[in-house]
Amino acid sequence: MTDVSQQVQPPLDPVEPSALTEKPRNQWLDVWDQFRSHKGAMAGLIFLIFITVFCTLGPVVWDVDPGKLDIRNKDVRPIYTVLWDGDAKVSWARPMGTDHLGRDIMANIMQGGRISLAVGWTAMILAILIGTFVGVLAGYFKRLDWGLMRFTDLVLSLPILPLLLVMMLLFRDPLRAAFGPETGIFILIVTGIGITSWMQTARIVRGDVISLKEREFVLAARSIGTPPRRMITRHILPNVLSPIMVSATLGLATAIITESALSFLGLGFPSDFPTWGKILFDSVDRMVAFPERVLWPGLAISLTVLAVNYIGDGLRDALDPRIRGL
Amino acid sequence: MLNYTIRRLVLSIPTLLFIALVIFLLLELAPGDPMGQMPLTIPDDVKQRMREALGLGEPWYTRFYLWLYQFFVVEPQYWIDGAFGTNFADGAQRIISFQSRSPVFDTIAERLPQTLWVVGMSYVVGVAIALPIGIISAYKQYSVFDQAGTFVSMIGFSVPPFFSGVLVIVIFSVQLGWLPSIYDTTHEVVDWETFKFQLQQMIMPVMVLALQTTAQVSRYMRASMLDNLGQDYVRTARAKGLTESVVVMRHVLRNSMIPVVTVIALGIPSIFGGAIITEQVFKVNGLGQLLIIALQGSDIPMVMTITFLLAVLIVMMNLIADILYGVLDPRIRYD
Repeated sequence: MTDVSQQVQPPLDPVEPSALTEKPRNQWLDVWDQFRSHKGAMAGLIFLIFITVFCTLGPVVWDVDPGKLDIRNKDVRPIYTVLWDGDAKVSWARPMGTDHLGRDIMANIMQGGRISLAVGWTAMILAILIGTFVGVLAGYFKRLDWGLMRFTDLVLSLPILPLLLVMMLLFRDPLRAAFGPETGIFILIVTGIGITSWMQTARIVRGDVISLKEREFVLAARSIGTPPRRMITRHILPNVLSPIMVSATLGLATAIITESALSFLGLGFPSDFPTWGKILFDSVDRMVAFPERVLWPGLAISLTVLAVNYIGDGLRDALDPRIRGL
Repeated sequence: MLNYTIRRLVLSIPTLLFIALVIFLLLELAPGDPMGQMPLTIPDDVKQRMREALGLGEPWYTRFYLWLYQFFVVEPQYWIDGAFGTNFADGAQRIISFQSRSPVFDTIAERLPQTLWVVGMSYVVGVAIALPIGIISAYKQYSVFDQAGTFVSMIGFSVPPFFSGVLVIVIFSVQLGWLPSIYDTTHEVVDWETFKFQLQQMIMPVMVLALQTTAQVSRYMRASMLDNLGQDYVRTARAKGLTESVVVMRHVLRNSMIPVVTVIALGIPSIFGGAIITEQVFKVNGLGQLLIIALQGSDIPMVMTITFLLAVLIVMMNLIADILYGVLDPRIRYD
């Protein structure tokens, strides 16, 4: 196991007894120390926390209904426009401006971010669960391996984006009727992204499980009669956690981009229900006069995905025991 | 090798059939009605007969078989007839679009050049930028150039094309007014002026798509170069007194290209997927836009055919990547 390598003490040196008294460190503490030394990853983590807090706790401070129409105050420019255009229609009550129906853009970005992040996280968790399940089954049980991996290859050969678009069109109305417009589309998008992005995780997990199965500690566990179910949950899964975490960050990034792409193609959430992609899509028609309406949601998507990608990069380094501690 | 190629080709037939079945069954569930666009004054029994005329009355397996037959037998016959002036098809029924009532493949043939032109050009440009970036980044690892290259590829991974596309339109078309924001596909190149215009209108969509390619390929190129630069044969080559350029550009580059070539082949289908969004942003009337319009109008034969063509592309590129890998690297033997 990975713990062993950390507990090996350096050659004893009688002059320096502190090496002996130092307590064995927790593995995750080491990972955190290594992660902290990656500047991009730390910046990414801070930004992700910031944008999450901004979207979830923001509405408590900025108490404006994102759907409220206010035609009198429509097309207000963001407050910083004054810097180069003194005559611009701005208002401190609307720091990011309003759209063509007078809806507050900042409140919309917050609301949209909540949906986009929720879709991203849920779809990622779903994809990771399916991928880990398939990967562990295929890697651990030899009988299932061939079938499950051929199935994974088949799904990998499907053209994902067109099929997602087809699925959106197909199941939109039935699910909307069953769960209401918002929950229905949420379930649809999350399931759609989840069941089309588990394949890479499954492949990586399978490869790792196959190599783990040959290790001595698995043999030891089997020799004392550990049943497969407990073998997987106690011995195999904790050891494949690192690649799963790395592919989880990639999955989160892809899920956020896919959701925005669907919304951008006009096949995502209904129009009175903002997500970052939807706000971007709705603003494209007026981007000549109001470029900021395109800029804010686009920046939100890009920076969030960039942050998540950097976190994944840092995590990959931190979880690799060959690099850690250097 | 030939043995392996034939085996893979044979294996790809059931794969493609399965994919066709999945797509067909998904579309079969579609609640969208091709009669939805028709005037409400048409009586119900007439509408029913119109549906039957579209072939919707038959059970699904009959229609699936018919589609397969049309796709794999009738359409190639028409294609051969068109190319050589023969008459194999003999007026057989082709795959007909519900929306335009014209053969699906005629419409695809009309749209394909625009997509190929933009997508192909962006792929070539993307790879051409990515290779030097990857090589220099690896050779000068951890230098400023390497850090910048890493950052640019991170941006390429993170900024979705619908934002980068809109952003360059705002900057270069709206603010600066240098480039047209809409891609005019009717434009014909006849002289220097029109050629310049064609170049201008292609820059933005090509660069937006190329950014994604560059990000991916340069990462692989860098990793592959780094793997090879540490090998013993590089030290031997240097010890022999070969110049640095020969060592890097001949010895290392050749070996590093092996995995990169397969990545380049595997990336081709995904860039067609990316083109769906980019075409929407720049209003290119290519295949991606055709697919979106067909989806919105529940034009099942059109959606089915385009999606299946994409699947064929994916399967074929996977096959080509695997074979190329075996051809380029003599250590890999599949048999």
